[in-house]
This record gives sequence, structure tokens and C-alpha cells, in this order.
Amino acid sequence: MKLGLDVGSTTIKCILLDEDDNIIYSSYERHLSKIVEKTIELLTYIKENYIQDHKCKLMISGSAGMGMAQCNDIDFAQEVFATKIACERLNPDTDVVIELGGEDAKILFISNHLEVRMNGSCAGGTGAFIDQMATLLNCDAATLDKLADNAKRSYTIASRCGVFAKTDIQPLLNQGALKEDIALSIFYAIVNQTIAGLAQGRPIKGNVLYLGGPLTFLKNLRKCFDKTLNLEGKCPENSLYYVALGAAFSATNSYNLDELIAKLQNYSNHTTFAYIEPLFKNEQEYQEFKERHDKAKIEHADPKSYKGKAYLGIDSGSTTLKCVVIDEQGKILIEDYRTNKGNPVELIKDFLINLYTQYPNIEIVGSGCTGYGEDIVKHAFKVDEGLVETIAHLTSAKAFKKDVDFIIDIGGQDMKCFKIHNGTIDNIFLNEACSSGCGSFLQTFATNLGYDIETFAKKGLFAKMPVDLGSRCTVFMNSSVKQAQKDGASIDNISAGLSISIVKNAIYKVIRCSSVEELGKNVVVQGGTFYNDAVLRAFEQELKTNVIRPNIAGLMGAYGAALYVKNKKYQKSSILTLPELLNFEHKVSSVNCGLCENHCQLTVNTFSGNRKYISGNRCERPITKKTKGNDLNIYESKRQLIKTYHTDSGYRNITIGMPLGLNMYELLPFWNAFFASLGFKVITTDFSNRATYLKGQNSIPSDTVCFPAKLMHGHVEELIEKGADVIFYPCMSYNVTNKHADNNYNCPVVAYYPEVLKANMDSLKKVVYINDYVGIHKPMAFVHKMTNILKKYFDDIHHRDVFKASRKAYQAYQEHMDKIYAMGDKIVSEARKENAPIIVLAGRPYHIDPEISHGIDQMIASFGCAIVSEDYVAHCNSKAYRVKVLNQWTYHSRLYDACEYVVDQKDMNLVQLVSFGCGCDAITSDECRSLLEEKGKIYTQIKIDEISNLGSIKIRIRSLLEALKQEKETDSHE
Amino acid sequence: MSNIIEFTKEMKKDYTILVPDMAPVHFKIIMPVFIQEGYHVELLDNQGSGVVNSGLKYVHNDTCYPALLVIGQMIDALNSGRYDIHKVALLITQTGGGCRASNYIHLLRKALVKAGYGFIPVISLNMSGLEKNSGFKLTIGMLRKAIAGMVYGDLIMHLANQCRPYEITKGTTDELVDKLGAKCASYLNANKGYSIHQMKDICKMIVQEFAKLPIEKTIKPKVGIVGEIYVKYAPLGNNNLEKFLQTQDVEYMVPGLMGFALFKVDNRLEDIKLYGGNIGKKVVCQILFDYLQKMEGVMAEAVQKYSSFVPIGRYAHTKELVKDIVGYGFKMGEGWLLTAEIMELCDQGYENVVCTQPFGCLPNHINGKGMIRKITTVMPKANIVAIDYDPSATKVNQENRIKLMLSIAREKLK
Repeated sequence: MKLGLDVGSTTIKCILLDEDDNIIYSSYERHLSKIVEKTIELLTYIKENYIQDHKCKLMISGSAGMGMAQCNDIDFAQEVFATKIACERLNPDTDVVIELGGEDAKILFISNHLEVRMNGSCAGGTGAFIDQMATLLNCDAATLDKLADNAKRSYTIASRCGVFAKTDIQPLLNQGALKEDIALSIFYAIVNQTIAGLAQGRPIKGNVLYLGGPLTFLKNLRKCFDKTLNLEGKCPENSLYYVALGAAFSATNSYNLDELIAKLQNYSNHTTFAYIEPLFKNEQEYQEFKERHDKAKIEHADPKSYKGKAYLGIDSGSTTLKCVVIDEQGKILIEDYRTNKGNPVELIKDFLINLYTQYPNIEIVGSGCTGYGEDIVKHAFKVDEGLVETIAHLTSAKAFKKDVDFIIDIGGQDMKCFKIHNGTIDNIFLNEACSSGCGSFLQTFATNLGYDIETFAKKGLFAKMPVDLGSRCTVFMNSSVKQAQKDGASIDNISAGLSISIVKNAIYKVIRCSSVEELGKNVVVQGGTFYNDAVLRAFEQELKTNVIRPNIAGLMGAYGAALYVKNKKYQKSSILTLPELLNFEHKVSSVNCGLCENHCQLTVNTFSGNRKYISGNRCERPITKKTKGNDLNIYESKRQLIKTYHTDSGYRNITIGMPLGLNMYELLPFWNAFFASLGFKVITTDFSNRATYLKGQNSIPSDTVCFPAKLMHGHVEELIEKGADVIFYPCMSYNVTNKHADNNYNCPVVAYYPEVLKANMDSLKKVVYINDYVGIHKPMAFVHKMTNILKKYFDDIHHRDVFKASRKAYQAYQEHMDKIYAMGDKIVSEARKENAPIIVLAGRPYHIDPEISHGIDQMIASFGCAIVSEDYVAHCNSKAYRVKVLNQWTYHSRLYDACEYVVDQKDMNLVQLVSFGCGCDAITSDECRSLLEEKGKIYTQIKIDEISNLGSIKIRIRSLLEALKQEKETDSHE
Repeated sequence: MSNIIEFTKEMKKDYTILVPDMAPVHFKIIMPVFIQEGYHVELLDNQGSGVVNSGLKYVHNDTCYPALLVIGQMIDALNSGRYDIHKVALLITQTGGGCRASNYIHLLRKALVKAGYGFIPVISLNMSGLEKNSGFKLTIGMLRKAIAGMVYGDLIMHLANQCRPYEITKGTTDELVDKLGAKCASYLNANKGYSIHQMKDICKMIVQEFAKLPIEKTIKPKVGIVGEIYVKYAPLGNNNLEKFLQTQDVEYMVPGLMGFALFKVDNRLEDIKLYGGNIGKKVVCQILFDYLQKMEGVMAEAVQKYSSFVPIGRYAHTKELVKDIVGYGFKMGEGWLLTAEIMELCDQGYENVVCTQPFGCLPNHINGKGMIRKITTVMPKANIVAIDYDPSATKVNQENRIKLMLSIAREKLK
């Protein structure tokens, strides 16, 4: 008999074969990370029921089985390889296998030269990802599949990483998008991720086999694959067991199961993981800790006996809804905390009706709302004040500590930290992808390990050896936990380890501080996650300081909103009355906005009385029907300017195409003039949109490269469609020089991405592709070198013509830059006339692309700010300075210049745009921050990637503007 | 840059200079070059979670992993209490060029300030004249000795990797590595062993020693290791990749440091070719380039002449291989060399390649992951796996992917 075990990241699969390879027994179950125990259980069962002499051939496979097999000298087959063996045996005519597992995604190309691909470090698009998304919709994976049956449309959801996807889905939910549509969108996201991340340009065609849990159980996921790949794949019999089957087929060595079980029992007892200090040494330490924290308390008052004015605060968060009603002394009358189940509107309606009927003597005279759902809640119920979360939290923190220096809020999905200076918010830190560990993260782990969150957290308090788990993203954390369990760590040590890792994530990745002095003396911690004593303790331990945790840590947003309206001395609230609520109606529909090239997907909420709330928009146009006020937005002006560079005819009758992306966003005028002078017709691509990305996504070889680079693939495809004969996209180690910089490099990606396109895009064979190494930083040498390059491709190229063309090119470039400088001057002087705040939106030239910056510029403009860019401001800076890093990249050096200039301008503030995966910005962002903060300026960073959600960015910008407003008010008082 | 603490002549007398250990075999041989000049140098060997945690604490977490490790290792060492922190200096290489690596030294200084060690001098080891210290000078003599040390290191590594999987008595190869390493170090320490003449003899001796080692050849999968320079060599950077491969019953080859050195010098020549430049600079670079090539020749010829080991892939040949794949102007980080080394390895029969890179390494998007497809079209036998290294990437997942690559390798052997 032959036994194959597939110990995956979440499940254990088992196949027992007889001598003729018939399946005698098979099983599939979740192992809840108790890998060794489950294996022993399984082996014992099989031994007793199927194998008389207790001897059989055995092979283990699966990522979680590797360590166990290795340490106990059991034969091991790598799981993808096992799949291949099973396929060859059972479905010999298979061309491609797509297998999704718990944490792995794999594609095997079997026919015509075997190739196998596994997902790299980023693990979107796997079973774990689906579970995460289902949790978000408050259902399980099977229900998700059912929901998708009735979907009518799909939204774009980033799937590279669960965090990105969440940031896409959350606002959709909050804006009232249908769960059915979201379910389908999730499946499409997985398909795109698998194709873009794994196929990497190799076409998936022929006989396709779908294997693994998600593809077996979710028929709509299979349908999405079929539709996208334009074929009909097969999900064969035993599709869950291919790895186990492959292992069983290739088992050759015989084992005595009794001996093996004994060995495994012994193995599960030894401990080898890295651990850190325990949270509490003893019970007494814990008691002292508890007593200290019990003092931070807001009193409650009895709502039944209360008669009179009261204030309502609503915090509609990403996963939970919090409501608080306070009396005129600020005491809490009513508090309410529930998961929002994806629809805050219904819940608030219930809450309000209940409030009115149960406590008729409480008179709500003011109401405020905050959180992700602020807009929809405000519109739906006519709430008096909508306030940005940071202000709500600051208001309530002040109730506990008047001179609070630092607030850290860790909620279910996000982490918000802000530094307070002179009573106003001075700096904001929000978590990003790769720094995602939050409350729901603990929750997910607890559930996966079979516990509820309270029990799970308690277990960690007195763990003797908390596991050292590091601090990166959730997916990495899964594998760290897996490893720790393999090494024998118990649940309590894992629980403590996870709590500590959340804290480390907050301190070192989100706030980026290395000592408590940077935070200040009075730190208030809040958010539901801090109810967890393990997290709280870990925090104090890591920073070696005591902090304040209010007894209403989870309600601080709502409490702050209530306090805020109380402080504003509201006398009458506009909030819906009981009769209005009883007739309350809420309808959702979605449309595509056609008012500009962004084509935003709008969600239209209609409330009773035909009141409308539109969301999903990037500008005010679909709401006010007015043309956007873009005259003070240099990003818009630059976009219009760059569109003017093309040459519609030339005597050579050859069309040269250049992709509008990366450095071309600044050098297009240069090359356009250059080639025009040489008699070429010059075309370029349009701005990027989602379709651009999709067009090129299957030839992207590295899924962690920055988004602007990924878009280049689509631009090249577009040039070919447009009929370019030649595509010119030179490699450039060097860029133009900057007087204050030490060197003038491009970043490696900008410099050499043309090589990646050449190596990975088959369609380039249809055209002449010129990607030679060119340096425009040395004008004299340029003419000579360029002549030689062009001679390789074209006849009739003469040094004198190239010389002439190059003069025109340099001139055109200078004129282009001068135009930008002039635009900047005009915007700044007009803004100053109108007394509008000026935001320096600092990134790279290519950040003006609407798909890269996701309309952030328009959003900021809609708040009444004037916008200028880093190139303009850098040009304004005449001051020499030194930075603490090597200032060697042309585009990045402009950021330092911009900071230097901004610190001297009272009405200017800098917001840095950082593309996810931009390694250079790991260096520049720290330096920019310190340049600005040394001179008392607020530094704001916005990280952007594929995601198109503006929610968290809005919080940042609004908080910044709020802080500026308060700063101004304090100034005028002095 | 105003914040630089200079390493002065006075400091040279009694300061200990801490050096991160990138390539264990090489650095042990090269260290005497500094000791002989009167510097008190010490290779850092501290490992464990303290290193990574210090890195995470004081370096921006999106910075590349090698920077995080090297800086973490230094701060961890300073925290350990083993050193008089007022009598310690740190040394770090600075390659120059458009990669983030040129900024390591600045990140180190920032981290030191954050950790309260702002007074500790940091020495930049570079050949581009980026930073100078009055108490630390790289003389021509030192350079020649260091190059000799590098040659010995490369040669020993090259041969040891071909013996270890087949040795009859377990451990004999590594004993020989230690013995020969110590011998080479003692030559350099005695101010010998770096003239061409002596080097020929020593290389011959090394080759013959390895040729004498009793081995039994069997057929095993042949694996090559390439990658970002630190992660490629340093066990701390690659989760003990070599140790892991040693347990997997395979033979592996790691291209030497010489290729990287030649590449860095050659880049300056290519730069002048592509963009024009100073003739004087060109002459100096050409001299250095020729010198290095000569040194490469010494070791390569020794292998060919005195043994039947797989010869050392010569730089000129490696460069030729990549000609139609990627341009020579690609010079940041490991540039075109990484791609070329994969091809060289395939060419030598080491078709199963582990391409190591720090998570999010910028040049590697291009020369590593970006070129795999192209390489497999011209070398269909190539079986390449790209592995990311990162503070929390787990060994399980890395090893699982390597095992997949090895399964395919084994099947191909059948």
C-alpha cells in the first residue's frame, strides 16, 4: 500500500492507494496548524483501519510538511512536483495546471518545455486571501461563491496583497456597493493576480486543469478563469488530492507506522524557536498593571433617569460601528459597538429608532460623525457635523490628558498615529501595505487557530516564551507562525508573539521611531485593539514607558465626535426624527461618470425625500455639474502641456513612437523636437488608465516593481496598436544635471526598464525597438554618440543633421521647463491673492499620470488648495544646502530642493507622493521628513500603488488642512 | 556633509575598526592586509534576532535587506558591550553608482545618531574618492595585497565547492579551506604573496592541494548561485543558503568576487565609451582593469593547468555571453553581470540557478527576474528560481521554492 500526505498551509490531505493504485481512502481537513498532532491522528486511523501489518510506503508533501519530514527522515516530495507527477499519470493530455492553495498559487506549464511558477513573497490571490475577503464581507468562502451568482458588474480590486484589496473593498462597501458585485470582483482580482503574477507572459492555452481547494469549491472562480482565459478548464475528479496523489504515486520506501508515530510524538515535544521576554513575569505584575490602567476612566450616567440635552457621536469605521450619547457633563449615557456587516446605514437607523423609543427624555441637540463612512452617514441621517477622524480622536484624547503629545489608535483595519504639537495635530502616520498588522489580524489568527479573540489574547499574557515573529505583512506572518508551530511553539507563546509583532509594526514601521523621547511624555493609546492587555503591555514594554489607555479605548472616535459638537454648543440638531426614520428608505445604484477621461465608477445612494449621495468620484463634477476648478492645479496644466508634444508628419515617412511614462513625462519635448527635426513623424501614447495596465500585465516579470514601471508594458502595446514603425525608449543611466546634487543618476528602474520590455515583450518583434544607452547630460558627446546609434537603424543619418536636431531638442526641453516654471509662478501669485493654501505635491514627473496618482491632485484641489509640483519649487530654490544622504538621483534631488524652499514659505506645505516599491524613496522620505520637521513644517506622505481608493488619503489631506487652519488661528490669537 | 566624524591619525593607534563579514572565506584572508598596515580590524560575526531587530529599529524598513542587516549587525555589536565604544570605528564599502547601496554609509550614520552613537567615526571603503579620512588610506600596496587575497578566496571557494559534495571523509574539504585560507593570510601578513610570480606559485599549490583531496565523483544536480552581492555570499543575508544546499545532495558553484571587481572597473570604461569622458580617467581605469584581468588569468590558468576541475569562468567570456541579452550600459548594482553570471553558470553545466535578491531590490527587477524569460529562450535547459530575502521572509517558503527547483533538476538528470 502507498500513502501520500499533503500537509499544506491550512489543510492536510491524505490518499491511500492499493497495489494497483486504486484509492482506498482519502481525507481532507483543516489542521488548524496542529500539524504534527493531526498527522499522528491520521496515521493512527489509517494504521488501525486499513493496514494490517502496520507497514506501508509513504511520501510526505506540502509546505508545512517539509520540516516534519526532514527531521524525521521521511521521504519528501515538493508539492508542485508531486502535482506534476499526478497529472502525468491521471491527465496526460494536460497543457497547463492552475493550482491555488491556502497560501500558495502555482501554475505548471506541462507541454512544450516544462515550467513551474510559484508566487513569490507577495501572496495575494490565494485561499488565505479569499478567506480574508470573505471575512470582510462577513461570510465564508462558500457564501462568497453564492453571492457571485447574482452579480451584475465587477469593480477593479487590487489583488496583489490583501491589504490593497481591503482598501479597495472597504470604501465600496461603505459607499453602498452590492455584496454580490464585490464577490465577483474578488474572483476577478484573483484571476488577474494569477495571470499577471505567475504566467508572466507565457500564454495559458490548451487543456487547462484547475486544482486545489479554492478552485474546487468555488465554481464562480473557475468561471472567471474560463472567461478571462477564453477557454474551458477542467476541474478533475480528486482535484483536491493531486499533491497527495503525486506523493503516493512516488512513494518508494516502506515505513513501520508504529515506529513512525512514536518518532513523531517525540518530535512534537522539542522546542527550538527564537523567543523574547515574557509580557508579565507573574500574576502580581499583571494586577499592578491592571490597577494602573483602570484609572483612565470616563464616567457613565444612567440613561433611563436622564432628562435633557444630549449629544450624539457616530464613528462609522471600516469594520465596526460605534455610537455614543453623552450628557452635558460629558458623561456617557449610551454606548453602542457593533460590527458594521458592510452596511452602516441600516445599523444606525436601528440604533436611532431604538434611542428615540427607549429614551424619549433624552433630547439630541447635536450630532457628529466620523470615520470611513462619515460621508454616507452624514447625508443619510442629516448629521450636523462631519469631522475627520484625527480631529475626533484628538478631541477625546484631550478629555483624558489635556496636554497629550502622541495618540496611537489601532483599530480593526487601520492604524492611525498622530503627534500633537501646541494642541494641534502636527504629524500623521497611517499604516500602509506591508505594515498591515492590526486588530483584525489578531482576530483572523485566533479564528484560524480555533479560538475566539478574548481567549486567544488572554493566553498570551503569561506566555513564558513569546515567539519572535518579526513585523512585516500578514502573509509573511502566516508563514512565520507556521514555522514557529513547526518548531514546537505553543498557542500561548504564539499569541503573545503576535501581540508583540503588532506593536513592533506600529512603532518601527508606521511611526518609524526608535525611542520614546520622539513620541513625547504623554502618550494615549486607543482603538479596540488596545483592550487587549497583551498588546497594551507589549507596547509599554517595547517603548519602556507607561501610557494611558482610556476605559473607552474602542469608542474614542465616537466619543470625540460627540464632544466636538458639545464643545460647539449646538442647540438643535438636524438629525432625522423618529417619524422620518420610520419612513426612511435607502436605494443604491451604480453608474459610470462620463464627464471626463477618468470615467469614475459612481455609486449613487438615494435616501427618502430623494436626497442623493454620490460616491466613488474623484472630483466634484458629477455632484455640482460644474467644470472642475483646475486653474490652480499645476498637475492639470502639466498634463495639458505634455499632450501638445507630437509631430504629425515628416519627410522620412517613418513613425516613431514613444511610451508616455516614467522619464518620458519630462523628456518627451526633447525627443519630439529631436526626431521632428530629423524628419520623423512622432506619436506618443495617451495617459494611462486601467485598460493600459491590463493590456500589458501579462508580460510583467517582477510583481514587486513599482506601478509606474508596470504601466510601461501597456504603453508599448498601445504604441504598436497605433501603428508605430519604430519605438524609441532609450536606457539612461544619467539624467539632466541639478546644480545642488552630487550626481545625476536615474533610479535603476527608470534607467533600465527599456531592457525589461525588450526581454519580455514578444510584440516588440513587430517593430524596430531602439533602447540604446543614451546620455543627454553631456550635450557635446550626445551628438556624436547619437549619430552612431541612429546610423544602426536608419540610412541617411548625418552628423550635421543630428547636431541641428540636438540643438532644437535641448531648446525644446528648456522651453518646456520654462513653461512649467511660468505656470508655477502664476499659480502661486494667484493663490496668494486669493489667500489659498499652497500644496507642493512632490513626486516625480510621471506622477502627473492620472492612473498613477489616482486623481489625488484633483482631490486636493477640491479642498480649495492651489497645487504646484516639485520641479517648479526646486527651480525656485537658489539656496545651497547639504543633505545627510548621498544626493545622487536627478528627480529625487528636486525633492530636497523643494523641501529647502518650502521651509521658508509660510503658506506652502509639502505632500510627498511615494510609489509603492520605490526603494529610493525609502531614503528620500526619511530625509524630506527631517528637512521639513527641523524647520517646524508638517510632513505628509502618500503612498500610492495600483489602488484607486482615496479614502485614507482624504483623511491625511483633511487632517493636514485642519492642522494648518488651527495653526493659523493660534497665530492670529498671538 | 557636515555630520561626518573623521577617522583621524590619532584614532588609528588604538581604535578597533569593525568590518561586516560579507564573504567569510575571502575576508579572513584579506584582513591581514589591514592589520599589517597598523589598523586594528575585526570581522563582525554576531548573528541572531538582535541583528535583525536593531536593523528594523534604526533603518527605514523599506530599505534593502543588506543595509538593514549590515547596520543592524554593527549596532548590535556596539550594544553588546564587547567594545569600548569610544575606541571603535566602523568600516563600510561604498561602491558609488545609481543603486541605493551608495547610500548605505549615510543610512549607517543616521542610524548611529538615532541609536546614540553619533560620535563613532565611519570609514568609507571606496575607490571613487567619495569620502576621505586622514587616518585611513588605501595605498597601492594595500590594494594589490587585497586583490591577491581576493584571488585566493575566489580560487579556494571555487575548488572547495567542487570537492565538498564528493569528499570521501566528511569535513576534509572545509578543513582544507581553513588550512589554505590561514596559509594565504599568513603570506599577506608577512608582506608576501602578491607579486605575480609568487601568486602563480601559491595558486598552483592551492589547486594541487585540492586535487589531492580524496573524492568520489557521482552524478549530482549542479546548482549555481547568483544574486545581489551581499545576499549572494553572506550566510547572514541568505539564511545559510550554502549550508542548506549542502544538505540537499547537490553540487553548487558561486561565481567569485573577481567578476564583480572587474565589472565595477569596466563600467567606468563603458561609461566613457557610451557618454564620452576624461582620457586620464580612462587610462587609470584601463590599467587597473588590465591588472585585474591578469590576476584573474593567474588563478584560471592554475586550475586548467594543474587539475581537471571545472575551470573558472573568465570575465571576458561571461561578458560575451550576455551580449545580445542586455546592454553593457546597465551598470547599477550588479548590472548586466548578474544576468551574465547566470548564463556563464548554465554554460558550465550549472543549469539550476538560485537567483538571490533582497526583497524589492531595484536593479534585480531588471537583471534577475526581468531576464529569466529571455535567458530560458536562449538556454532552454536553464532552471532558475528567484528567491527574495527579507527580515520576515521565512526559511520554509524559501527552501520550498528551492526544493521545487531541485526536483526539476533531479528529474532532468534521469
